[in-house]
Amino acid sequence: MPYLDHAATTPMRPEAVAVLTEALRAAGNPSSLHASGRAARRRVEEARESCAARLGARASEVIFTGGGTEGDNLAVKGIYWARRAEDPRRRRVLVSAVEHHAVLDTAEWLRDHEEAELVVLGVDASGRVAPEELRAAIGDDPDSVALVSVMLANNEVGTVNPVRELAAIAAGHGIPVHTDAVQAVGVLEVDFAALGVAALSCSAHKIGGPVGAGALLLRRDTACTPVLHGGGQEREVRSGTLATATILGFVRALELAVSERETHAGELARLRALLLTAVCAAVPDAVVNGPEHGGLPGIAHVSFPGCRGDTLLAALDARGIECSTGSACTAGVSRPSHVLLAMGADAEAARGCLRFSLGHTSTDADVSALGEVLGEAVTGARGRGVPSLRRRKTDRVKEMS
Amino acid sequence: MKVLAAMSGGVDSAVAAARAVEAGHEVTGVHMALSAKPGTLRTGSRGCCTIEDAGDARRAADMLGIPFYVWDFSEEFTEEVVADFLAEYERGRTPNPCVRCNERIKFAALLERAIGLGFDAVCTGHYARLSTVDDSPELRRSVDEGKDQSYVLASLTAEQLRHSLFPLGGSRKSEVRAEAERRGLFVARKPDSHDICFIADGDTRGFVESRLGTRPGTIVDDETGEVLAEHAGVHGFTVGQRKGIGVEAPAVDGRPRYVLSLEPVTATVRVGSRDRLTVDEIECSEVIYPGGQQLAGPAEVTVQIRAHGGVAPAVVAPVEDGVTVHLRESISGVAPGQKLVAYTESADGDLALLAATIDRTA
Repeated sequence: MPYLDHAATTPMRPEAVAVLTEALRAAGNPSSLHASGRAARRRVEEARESCAARLGARASEVIFTGGGTEGDNLAVKGIYWARRAEDPRRRRVLVSAVEHHAVLDTAEWLRDHEEAELVVLGVDASGRVAPEELRAAIGDDPDSVALVSVMLANNEVGTVNPVRELAAIAAGHGIPVHTDAVQAVGVLEVDFAALGVAALSCSAHKIGGPVGAGALLLRRDTACTPVLHGGGQEREVRSGTLATATILGFVRALELAVSERETHAGELARLRALLLTAVCAAVPDAVVNGPEHGGLPGIAHVSFPGCRGDTLLAALDARGIECSTGSACTAGVSRPSHVLLAMGADAEAARGCLRFSLGHTSTDADVSALGEVLGEAVTGARGRGVPSLRRRKTDRVKEMS
Repeated sequence: MKVLAAMSGGVDSAVAAARAVEAGHEVTGVHMALSAKPGTLRTGSRGCCTIEDAGDARRAADMLGIPFYVWDFSEEFTEEVVADFLAEYERGRTPNPCVRCNERIKFAALLERAIGLGFDAVCTGHYARLSTVDDSPELRRSVDEGKDQSYVLASLTAEQLRHSLFPLGGSRKSEVRAEAERRGLFVARKPDSHDICFIADGDTRGFVESRLGTRPGTIVDDETGEVLAEHAGVHGFTVGQRKGIGVEAPAVDGRPRYVLSLEPVTATVRVGSRDRLTVDEIECSEVIYPGGQQLAGPAEVTVQIRAHGGVAPAVVAPVEDGVTVHLRESISGVAPGQKLVAYTESADGDLALLAATIDRTA
């Protein structure tokens, strides 16, 4: 079964499954003071150090979370609240138009419930936030900015943002920057210190770790109000019993993903080129979205004119090809992609697209299988040759005459 | 056959899909998302457009072991059904959005997509019997008279019906619920949906007024011509309506007043006693013959003018651009815009002969 949806989730690496299942058998709350507790704590702290080393952070900057969405929520809400508490003028939240909903909806929630002023940073046709855009948004009123959140790499079209440059601009005004690096880890070099951001969220299950684990890297000098209150774990920023097994599974996957990153990225780029060749051969009028060069190597986002993405997805699924419409889902309903709309596409194009994403188990055979069935799937989804069953009132009069 | 089962999340469409699977068809389930903002319409288990309903449909499909998708038809639904609904009210007519949704969405937009993808038919949980004789579809009332939905299906063309499957037509609702229980479908006890799915609270008048605004006019006694009251717009009324007309003074003879007619151009609502509401003749246009056979001359039929009730014996005859209906027994509450369905009697259940839109009454 050709699985072309690795950006949604990718199979767990066997090494991560092994360490996770082994850890599930061990007793001991890492916060307990007895021997079992200390043993669990030791493993968590070793994992923390390893995680920090792989991502260019210090161990004390690693806050283990339940995943990317939690990290995004904690960073955006927590930093906003803390910054506003320090200075009530800081109410502006600057986020890019192509953020994942975990950031976008969180910022909208702050606007609707916490008196934040939401400023959406526009993107160019490739989906990238230009440094001038941020400069202009900060404008002559930097003191009113609570935080900036711009993703490192986009989950739908794979565009990579100049986060280092953006963070430098914000730093000039003392404004903290959060970046969602969920799709970047394991494919791009992610160096927390070098990026100069205040917070960075990542997720385990996009890199071969378990669902339900991740980390927020948070600089020591960045104040962040907790979302979850309780036992005071994780610097009192994220309470909740440390999930030893999933943390270990996550960090094992991270270690492998980072050490194999360069060869992996090269392999993904090779497969992506094959995939795009196959797609364009099967459907000559297909349009590849996102940047021509320099995007994530594992993501190919394609518009198929005259098609609805959800219909085409079903047609491919019936032929054993698994992919995604790439847009956020509410009750499984695919809406026009907000990312494509922000990039200037019209609603029709934003609805008629699919995301094919490659990962560590992808093969040449997956790609050629797509090429073999895509043409007929698109023809079916376009409904070519299907007599229209829709009627106009005037037609009905004709029918009876 | 390859069958696309439209699954609302309710018990009927779930059992219909189950029967299609059992009949040996290759079935795929689809939930049609009709609202652009799921969750903003009905909440709870009553509607057909909530996140919960999509989830229920998905679980039912999982239990049947069939593929399942949610497809977005919100734009088509808004344009073809909701906008038409409002436009009809604006014209002083009384539309039936469920008929419209069947005509334009379920058995048009959805069916077209299905055929494009290689499906042979769309399957729904409607209560109506469908068979084919010499390639002509025959649409009959359900064996469950209380649940019969042939009225909302009769304005499908023969071509649409050739690609339709209604597996529940031969069953009673109680049997369908029992079957759902037996199959372990957890939707077995879900309450029936009622009313109009896109009007959350059932307040049609409030919905129409909030979208069409106010266009004040007068309420006039049809007999005396006396102006009885002011109103905010003819779209707040339906022919045959008795409650909530807003006339305080009682009629001279003390009998209740009914809405007799709506005149949108002059914004006049005519009211009067029930006997002035009765109708003996109806003119219709936009005729659809679900069996594909057109009417050659007058025919003895039974007509139905509402989804529930409004049944009378009649003679229907073809005229240019439509049909005329001479009622053998007067009926009341016949509003322009409503669908009229004519049935011919048949030993194995009344057969839908034609559907048409009511234009004028006398």
